[in-house]
Amino acid sequence: MVKQEQELDNRPDNTAFTQQRLPAWQPMLSAGIVIPGFVLIGLAFIGIGVALFVTSRSIQVLEIDYTGVAQDSPCYRCSDPDTKNCVCTMDFSIDTLFKGPVFFYYGLTNYFQNYRRYGASKDASQLSGDLEYFKNPSSDCSPYQYDNDKPIVPCGSIANSMFNDTFKLYQIVNGARKQVPLDGKGIAWWTDYNVKYRNPSVTPLRNAFNGTVKPVFWSRPAYELDPTDPANNGFINQDFLVWMRRAALPNFRKLYRRITEGDYAEGLPAGNYSLEIAYNYPVLSFDGEKKVVFSNVSWMGGKNEFLGIAYLVIGSLCIVMSIVMLIVYAKFKFPEED
Amino acid sequence: MQNCGKSTFKRTSIDRLMNVLVLCIFGFLACMCIVLAIGNYFWELNKGAQFTVFLSTSDGNSAAFSAFLTFWSYVIILNTVVPISLYVSVEIIRLGNSFYIDWDRKMYFARNDTPAEARTTTLNEELGQIKYVFSDKTGTLTQNIMTFNKCSINGKTYGDVFDYTGQRLEITDHTETVDFSFNPLADPRFMFHDHALVEAVKLENPEVHAFFRLLALCHTVMAEEKKEGELFYQAQSPDEGALVTAARNFGFVFRSRTPDSISIVEMGKQRSYELLAILDFNNVRKRMSVIVRSPEGKLSLYCKGADTIVYERLHQSCNKLMDETTEHLNEFAGEGLRTLALAYKDLDEEYFEQWKQRHHEASTTLDNREDKLDQLYEEIEKDLLLLGATAIEDKLQDGVPQTIEQLSKADIKIWVLTGDKQETAENIGYSCNLLREEMNEVFIVSGNSHEDVKQELRNARTSMKPDAAENSVFLPENVLGKSVKTIADEVVNGEYGLVINGHSLAYALEHSMELDFLKTACMCKAVICCRVTPLQKAQVVELVKKYKQAVTLAIGDGANDVSMIKAAHIGVGISGQEGTQAVLSSDYSFGQFRFLQRLLLVHGRWSYLRMCKFLRYFFYKNFTFTFIHFWFAFFCGFSAQTVYDEWFITLYNLVYTALPVLGMSLFEQDVNDVWSFQHPQLYVPGQLNLYFSKKAFFKCALHSCYSSLVLFFIPYAAMHDTVRDDGKDVADYQSFALLTQTCLLFAVTIQLGFEMTYWTAVNGFFVLGSLAMYFAVTFTMYSNGMFLMLPSAFPFIGTARNSLKQPSVWLTIVLTSILCVLPVVTYRFLLIQLCPTINDKVMFKVRQAKASPPPLPRRTRIRRTSSRRSGYAFSHSQGYGDLMTSRRFLRRPAISRSSGFTHAGRTTTGFSPMGRSAGYSPTGRPQNAKVPDVEVTSLQMYRTITDPAL
Repeated sequence: MVKQEQELDNRPDNTAFTQQRLPAWQPMLSAGIVIPGFVLIGLAFIGIGVALFVTSRSIQVLEIDYTGVAQDSPCYRCSDPDTKNCVCTMDFSIDTLFKGPVFFYYGLTNYFQNYRRYGASKDASQLSGDLEYFKNPSSDCSPYQYDNDKPIVPCGSIANSMFNDTFKLYQIVNGARKQVPLDGKGIAWWTDYNVKYRNPSVTPLRNAFNGTVKPVFWSRPAYELDPTDPANNGFINQDFLVWMRRAALPNFRKLYRRITEGDYAEGLPAGNYSLEIAYNYPVLSFDGEKKVVFSNVSWMGGKNEFLGIAYLVIGSLCIVMSIVMLIVYAKFKFPEED
Repeated sequence: MQNCGKSTFKRTSIDRLMNVLVLCIFGFLACMCIVLAIGNYFWELNKGAQFTVFLSTSDGNSAAFSAFLTFWSYVIILNTVVPISLYVSVEIIRLGNSFYIDWDRKMYFARNDTPAEARTTTLNEELGQIKYVFSDKTGTLTQNIMTFNKCSINGKTYGDVFDYTGQRLEITDHTETVDFSFNPLADPRFMFHDHALVEAVKLENPEVHAFFRLLALCHTVMAEEKKEGELFYQAQSPDEGALVTAARNFGFVFRSRTPDSISIVEMGKQRSYELLAILDFNNVRKRMSVIVRSPEGKLSLYCKGADTIVYERLHQSCNKLMDETTEHLNEFAGEGLRTLALAYKDLDEEYFEQWKQRHHEASTTLDNREDKLDQLYEEIEKDLLLLGATAIEDKLQDGVPQTIEQLSKADIKIWVLTGDKQETAENIGYSCNLLREEMNEVFIVSGNSHEDVKQELRNARTSMKPDAAENSVFLPENVLGKSVKTIADEVVNGEYGLVINGHSLAYALEHSMELDFLKTACMCKAVICCRVTPLQKAQVVELVKKYKQAVTLAIGDGANDVSMIKAAHIGVGISGQEGTQAVLSSDYSFGQFRFLQRLLLVHGRWSYLRMCKFLRYFFYKNFTFTFIHFWFAFFCGFSAQTVYDEWFITLYNLVYTALPVLGMSLFEQDVNDVWSFQHPQLYVPGQLNLYFSKKAFFKCALHSCYSSLVLFFIPYAAMHDTVRDDGKDVADYQSFALLTQTCLLFAVTIQLGFEMTYWTAVNGFFVLGSLAMYFAVTFTMYSNGMFLMLPSAFPFIGTARNSLKQPSVWLTIVLTSILCVLPVVTYRFLLIQLCPTINDKVMFKVRQAKASPPPLPRRTRIRRTSSRRSGYAFSHSQGYGDLMTSRRFLRRPAISRSSGFTHAGRTTTGFSPMGRSAGYSPTGRPQNAKVPDVEVTSLQMYRTITDPAL
């Protein structure tokens, strides 16, 4: 009776939020959702898995180790660190057509490009063509910052350790060696080539490097990396870019060339081949291995059986689990409230 | 103030657990770092030394030094296991949940315009773990209002309302009340619903008149008439006030008294009775009588008292009436009403003169005065004629029995600690469903010595558990050295209650006996401690806190409850009539006891659930995040290389995962409030600490471990020698980092989705928004523009564009997400099927009930069907009869009726009529009145006036 007269100043607002009555969807792990869900996921996974597996199977990969650890290896001679300018030749044969485009990779193992200090040892500003940093490289580059008090360009461990074996591929046709043309253009990421790495806008390029020295391990300065193509020099040299995109894991491979031209546009025909290796890069000191890999690709990238198998396994597991759940559900059905 | 106890800083058990956990995490962090440092030492020794060709160690660091540096590097990288941002989030969640309490309209008490208030924002989740509730009685369980509800006059009951078909109607606020307008002196606040009684009065039914005349004459109430017709009664106990007011409204208005006369207005006619004697109340007599001479000169004795006592003194002629009245009394008692029997007798002038003479002698003797007086009283109070019986309701607050029933269903033990005397307390115990007739036994401990109390406690225990080995129960306390052992609950067959008196409690709380007491008390369903001091209240709370691994809550409204409110883990203040002391020292406050069930069963439960879900998920997401670094260490030469982009590390806790989990912890509810009330058992997991404990934490860590293994090795295996679909690199560090972090974010977000059972639009927005935010931020950070601005800060340029368009990357993300979630779903599903928890069951039920309308909130009327009859209406031991007749209480005895008492007297004493024991309002709306700050009892008033200085 008094209620109406009363002041209700402090009365809380009646909103769904303050009264915790917001409408909500309350899903629950009920058998009706979980078991069909598992079956569906299982089927989808098996489907994807089969596709992946088949695709992966269709990819051809040819891997040749040329480290030269074994004495009978043609490169055994070259693996001695004291040998300079050593060239060795690996012969191999292909039984069926190696479908093109064929990609030519070099691979390294036990190589810690993901070591933190290694990865940090570069100067992003220098590599984007800032001349300021040509004179004063970032201290991150230490100990490859200065060489005899002259700034190193490009500085740092990554650049310094750039892979410098070179390869030539010949097909043996009637006993004669026929060079397979290798295409080194566009093997790096577009963004690396166009945005991340830039040469200073100085022509000729070598002037920009005045007063600097090349990295300690390098045989040629950066502006002379590719003598055949003046545009492929400096920081935008494709091989340099590929090397600078450091690998995530200790065993990795990097794109060296593509085989897309001439008679080999359709792939490498069956036959005997000879790979001529200019063996420069020392890996034996850290038990590393060097290899070349020929591979073609599919929609899902390079050969990788893991994904396909994983999908198959998980998909089957889902199916199995759904059956187990079904049995459990049927047998121990959720007890009704007493 | 001395009784208030000391204020301590209150923290929740989860807080304390977290402190331990954080310490453990620190230890764990150190272990991980040591493992990695050792790993680094050997790596440097075996591999690093040879790798120097490409990675020169310029300063010639030794492996040991490198390991040392690695240790500290990993401390920095892995510090995300230590949940620093956790504390901030926890506080936000608690604040949010406190606001919900403030905002809750269902805890808003409209009569006083008081909303519930969370005065402490740090204790919310503890509300979901309460095991013991200590409650005050007066003002907390009861309104401290007595109402004259029913009566039985000459074998006929009045007070019930019937409809046309003769069905008894429930009396609600809307029931039509009796119109007392015929009586200008009626108290407008008095309400009565049965018109038959007024009719009987108007028809001048002699028994009814005698009944009310008795009520108007036989009492020790003081009347105050400030203005003509505006009477205020100051009663020694609210019961008396209720009775006199009832008489007033039915036309027998007690108007004033002098030491030797009582003036009443009988149906509009002024009459003055000569007051010849007051045969006062005391604990043994349990009755009071007055002997008056009517204006016509008739001499009568009017007696009211406990029915059993009065029955013994009745004249044989009223046997039949006695039987009828007994039936009515049983009925009243069954409804929890306090009953009194009324009887009278006409006295013979001669006999009375002689009796008076003897009475005078007896009251002036020096030895055995009490006994002699008692004998005299006995002598005259016999052969009485029964008039009827009254039934007074000690008005419980609304919903108290239901609340208590709900709380006890939630396995919360309720102890009532009250300053009231035993009988009152017991009575309330019955009427609010705390003590029940069906209980196997209610033990009453009221011993007056150490030995008695001990024996009583032991007897109680033996009868509850005859087979219990005494020795094992009474292990000396310090068996295990200094550590205070906690006592496990003992399972007892049957239900028992315990009532313990204040003086017995003093012994029981002694160090040597406190364990006995606690064990006995904990075996009982209900415990009532009466006549306890404020300090004892706190001691009882402390005792339970000390030996029970349980969370306690104390609820009270008065200054005398402050000590226990401060002592308990959580103190709740009822903002009622008795000032703000209790509220000021409380952690939560609201207007009514019944809101306690909402505070605990809804807010507390949700807060606890939310906090636990939050903690579990938070630890999970941070551990998973961190463990991936740990696994990666084995593949990067323990070089402290982070797996993720630095920006991701910075923003992970801050932007990408903060809001979804906050959203969950602010909106989560397993079932809504209606269902929470429907199933109070849902509260039990909180008491058992099931949702977040060391075990749960360990499970989280294991789960994280699994997830992190999946999240690292699946991308590892999927990427390690793969290339893009155009043959270019995609196994580079930056792509790998992007892939791993994306997998991680998806996995933890999906996991959150499985934790969350209550998806509001806000939650959906937070979850999807955070994912969208991740992609937006990532693409921005990895854009050309950002790189050109700061080349060294954004080295990941182009990574997102280049790798996120690869199908294999997305296939990997899907694979990791599913693989992280599958075992969780399977485990939970099987768990629900094989051993469903109460939550699962209720949620399932809710789901089934979704189609049908939600259950109505339970409004079962709790009517105890008891034959227990008691409730003597005087709540104080010794009456003030002698004061009334002593002439000491008034300086000027004869005061003109119209002016009532002098105002001077009032102002000097500062007496307030709304004090606790004198405070009296017959109809139950005392809250409307402004509450005076000073609590003065009527007792004090009398004392002040008898002060010789006046």
